[in-house]
Amino acid sequence: MSLLCETPNLSRRAVLMTGGALFAWAYLPRFARAADNRDPRLIVIVLRGALDGLSTVGPVGDPDYAGLHGDIALSLSGANPALPLDGFFAVNPAMPVFARLFKARQAAVVHAAATGYRDRSHFDGQDVLESGLPGPGNATTGWLNRALASLPAGDRIAKAGGLAIGPSTPLVIRGAAPVLGWAPQALPTPGDALAERVLDLYNHRDPVLAAALQKGLDADRMATGDALDGKTMKLKGGLDNAAGMRQSAQGAARLMAADDGPRIAALAFDGWDTHVNEGGATGRLANLLGGLDGAFEEFEKGLGERWKDTAVVAITEFGRTARINGTVGTDHGTGTVVLLAGGAIKGGRVIADWPGLKPAQLYESRDLAPTSDVRAVLKGLLADQFGLSAAVLGDKVFPESAAVKPMRDLVA
Amino acid sequence: MAAPVSKFVSPDPTLVTLHRFGLGAKPGDELGKIAADPRGCLKAELKQQDIALISADEPKNAGLLDSTAAIQASMTAAMERKAARDEKAAAAMQPTAAEDPAGPAGTKAKPAVPRVEADIYRDEAQARFDKALAATPGFVERLVGFWSNHFCVSVAKAPVVRACAGAFEREAIRPFVLGRFADMLLAVEHHPAMLFYLDNQQSIGPDSRAGKRRGRGLNENLAREILELHTLGVGSGYAQADVTSFAGMLTGWTMAGREGRLGEPGSFVFNANAHQPGQAVLLGKTYPGGGMGQAEAALNDIARHPATAQHIATKLARHFIADDPPPAAVARLATVFTKTDGDLRSIALTLIDMPEAWSTPLTKLRSPLDYVLALRRAVGATAGNEPQRSLRWLSVLGEPLWQPPGPNGFSDRTDAWASAEGLKTRLDIAWQAAKQADDIDDPDDALASLIGPSVSAETRQAISRAESKQQGLALLLMAPEFQRR
Repeated sequence: MSLLCETPNLSRRAVLMTGGALFAWAYLPRFARAADNRDPRLIVIVLRGALDGLSTVGPVGDPDYAGLHGDIALSLSGANPALPLDGFFAVNPAMPVFARLFKARQAAVVHAAATGYRDRSHFDGQDVLESGLPGPGNATTGWLNRALASLPAGDRIAKAGGLAIGPSTPLVIRGAAPVLGWAPQALPTPGDALAERVLDLYNHRDPVLAAALQKGLDADRMATGDALDGKTMKLKGGLDNAAGMRQSAQGAARLMAADDGPRIAALAFDGWDTHVNEGGATGRLANLLGGLDGAFEEFEKGLGERWKDTAVVAITEFGRTARINGTVGTDHGTGTVVLLAGGAIKGGRVIADWPGLKPAQLYESRDLAPTSDVRAVLKGLLADQFGLSAAVLGDKVFPESAAVKPMRDLVA
Repeated sequence: MAAPVSKFVSPDPTLVTLHRFGLGAKPGDELGKIAADPRGCLKAELKQQDIALISADEPKNAGLLDSTAAIQASMTAAMERKAARDEKAAAAMQPTAAEDPAGPAGTKAKPAVPRVEADIYRDEAQARFDKALAATPGFVERLVGFWSNHFCVSVAKAPVVRACAGAFEREAIRPFVLGRFADMLLAVEHHPAMLFYLDNQQSIGPDSRAGKRRGRGLNENLAREILELHTLGVGSGYAQADVTSFAGMLTGWTMAGREGRLGEPGSFVFNANAHQPGQAVLLGKTYPGGGMGQAEAALNDIARHPATAQHIATKLARHFIADDPPPAAVARLATVFTKTDGDLRSIALTLIDMPEAWSTPLTKLRSPLDYVLALRRAVGATAGNEPQRSLRWLSVLGEPLWQPPGPNGFSDRTDAWASAEGLKTRLDIAWQAAKQADDIDDPDDALASLIGPSVSAETRQAISRAESKQQGLALLLMAPEFQRR
């Protein structure tokens, strides 16, 4: 485990920003949070690549769903029935933990949600999602970091700073507020350090063994993908497999459970761009959803007592087409789901102003039409967990978003 | 041959003792004592009473079964497995079963058949490893390993071989490693493990009563491998006719079946009904008909054949000296073999006293088995998940215990083991072993007590510069001084 502190450039501007935040704090109403013995935590999981919300939480009660989503549509019957949430929606059977939490009123879904971004570029969509800005372009800080920076400087949440999981810091938590970085070990094997030292020794003392070991190491790297073409590599250095998702959540939970540990964390999971052979109740997407479900489970386990004050939110840049494409996958779309879990969540609800799936009801005749704003969900969480005001949220955290009202009562 | 002599200084006698002949140092060993009298240290081990035996009389080995009992246990387990399969098949065949939900469910609820053979194999492996970890310096265990590989059986052949492979080694190899070669040969070829492994229990004389009645015949497998691998060696002058004739002589050598018609189930029996009657010729000598004694006489003869002496001498010198051993060393071993009527204690003493053994550089790579044993001796024999961990290491290194790829056993040449994957895997294992080495505080001290003063400056430096105890130990376990013998 490597725990490194990413020290931001303490520029004049950053210091000023902190000062401004302290000023803003004085006018906040929910000052008494610490006094009621709550110790709130917020974990943001960014699902990069555009999650198919209709295959994650399927509107099995919608008469048009099965026809549009074809062979990969979730169903309450068959070999791998989806897990019903209410009379209308059912969650992918790869997510039993989420279903259990939902029943226990510790998980909720916001369906038919999207950011303000309406085009279908991953890069721009992620930019908007993570920066919290009204449009794409030149973002250097993320909304979660700005939320952290908006807390009073002496506040224990602010003092503990944020936590970024993964080999690189996700944009959503980049910014002036201090952020810790942690990544699960990429290689559980001895690692390069020992291999290099043994190789060096062999080069001096035993060339035959040196040649053999060198070849063995090369082959090993090829097999694990280090030396392969960029396509199979994680371009953003993110996590795109179920084991990695679970492992990173485990590490994050361990750090966050500590009394002096960070209260706010961001993780980025990759690989949701399911154009080909997406699968439904089983298959590629289901495998990834299983990883996400595992991450929920690890947070629940690892945070222990603190789970009751925790909110986990999983967001993605946009959704996917309502109708499957010619390669049994889905293409870039618009409306999708936001998944909420944690003891702090007022769960057991699918929050949706369901737009319907008839051709005229689809966004541009192809996508699930968005009826909720992802920013409203995030604002609601930040307001309820940390007492940030609508003004700060609408100005500093999500600039130019005053019209998007925080979704209230997400937190119990 | 033309290698610069100056590069080849004689190896450290302590490492010759511990690595070329033995299984490596243990933390408590006094290297100074070995250095003072390396040959004496090796000879002292040979003098110990019953040094090669694993006795079931010892309390810790109390659970070990002799081969007859092990085979019977396997036969019983096989019966139960078959009954379970039949029952399942019958249930599936029942037309009403599908309609009756209790039927298939009842079948499923049956407890899984216990893996009797796997348990026996594990216990035998444990006993084998315990013996090897205790030995000092381990020359006799190396001889056991050599002969066990020479007369190998494979547990992959059938569950019954898995059940009795350990007993085979204890019964047919260990009692003779310091005894007479001909005695070992006869014990091996009489053993049910070998008869089953090389298919002799199915071989039937065409003119025997059973052969005439059942229209079945010879299986040459055992006869051929005895001549090619166990005794004379390939290309030593025998012909196909010799193989066929010898196979006929070996018919009737089999194992008593479960019903016990021929004898105690699982034990060796001579089935006269299956034996090819009449005289037979092998290597120009005629053996009169006479039942089991015919093949025994032939085995006694070929055990003393000059080609066998040459074959065994070459393999021993390759194992203990170099892949391409000095011809003079091979010739001396062959001479002793012949002069002493294949006395393997004399052969072992000859190896110890051989100047070539002390002057030839340590160029061989430890086999996976010897590497794993040396590594476990080095880090202290911590308990825990044994013997599974050692068995797993042996498997990933390509030398699973008692499971060679063929009747010629595992390779005894360095190039077979100094492979890319092999070295990479050794690195992973060294790392794991170093992590588990609770008994060792300081890798520098471990270096001093396991390798001693002859260690190279580079190895010493690499270990002293390690960034952690684990890394230092792993470097020690990967060092050329630890790998080579």
